[in-house]
Amino acid sequence: MAKPKLKAHVIDREWCKGCGICVHFCPKDVLELDEEDKVIAARREDCICCKMCELRCPDLAIEIETE
Amino acid sequence: MAIKGYIRERFFPHIWCPGCGHGIVLNSLLRAIEKLGMSKNEIVVVSGIGCSSRISGYVDFHTLHTIHGRALAFATGVKMSRPELNLIVPMGDGDALAIGGNHFIHSARRNIDMTAIVMNNRIYGMTGGQYSPLSGYGTLATTAPYTNIDYAFDTVELAKAAGASFVARSTTYHVQQLTKILKQAILHEGFSVVEVLSQCPTYFGRKNRKGTAADMMEFYKDNTTPVGSKAKKENPDLIERGVFVEKEMLEYCREYEKIIERAMKGRS
Ligand SMILES: Cc1ncc(C[n+]2csc(CCOP(=O)(O)OP(=O)(O)O)c2C)c(N)n1
Ligand code: SF4
Ligand SMILES: [Mg+2]
Repeated sequence: MAKPKLKAHVIDREWCKGCGICVHFCPKDVLELDEEDKVIAARREDCICCKMCELRCPDLAIEIETE
Repeated sequence: MAIKGYIRERFFPHIWCPGCGHGIVLNSLLRAIEKLGMSKNEIVVVSGIGCSSRISGYVDFHTLHTIHGRALAFATGVKMSRPELNLIVPMGDGDALAIGGNHFIHSARRNIDMTAIVMNNRIYGMTGGQYSPLSGYGTLATTAPYTNIDYAFDTVELAKAAGASFVARSTTYHVQQLTKILKQAILHEGFSVVEVLSQCPTYFGRKNRKGTAADMMEFYKDNTTPVGSKAKKENPDLIERGVFVEKEMLEYCREYEKIIERAMKGRS
């Protein structure tokens, strides 16, 4: 199967509570919390689209959109 | 349908604390239902009272938010009258095994077809961190400031002994396994129990100095092992996860159907 190609990290800033679970468990250290404690894809080019952030988000606030 | 199609978006962001494991249980449950390709109309989610029980408000199925400890009793009523529907009953550890302990064992004994999910955070989250029958010896709680001297139930052993025909355990760290197990449990015909270790960073975590939500999930990673693994033999303190029981047994509603037929014999 071809490697999925990242389109975007779709983040709902209203729903994100800044718990840091996605940041902690991202295997490629792509994510960070910004000054408002909301997740951002700081190093999006490193994303391997494993979707672990999406699957573990307690707030349904992050989605990995692929092409 | 994407999982957002299965929720009531108007109630989001939800009320759970930052990092609460209950949100991850919701996430995995939605994915299980999506993978099964079920329609909203064939699912009924019945819950009691507790942080965990708030889950029924967020899902766009038929839902009942009932009373503490009695979700299984209400679900039994629904299932007996509409046996074609799929019943899912998410409960807190207090809800399922303290006040609701009797409903739990007898639902298991009857083998009525529904999926009971025990969202086990080892504490009464909603009411401010009192210990539950799952807290265990030596833990701290609002009501056990000098440590708890009650031993914990083992949900899996209890469900097995009570006769549940499907018994499994996973955690909020092991989301892929959790989704798979929830799928299996929903498909299983009979009483299915799925225990999910779910962190409450606000009460259990803070009281017992377990760190952040992510730290508590790291604990699940480091202190659990697949059922029947060699690691368990070497370290008996590890908590096993996976499917413990999956057996075919006569199902309660089907048996009840036969009773109705027998009673109605010779009458229109
Ligand atoms: C009959 C009854 N007794 C007690 C309560 C108070 N009460 C509400 S939630 C709860 C326990 C919640 O703990 P748990 O079931 O573990 O769910 P959690 O909040 O941890 O998810 C209690 C004792 C109640 N609402 N109704
Ligand atoms: S009190 Fe605990 S169980 Fe309740 S929402 Fe907060 S973290 Fe979750
Ligand atoms: Mg609880």
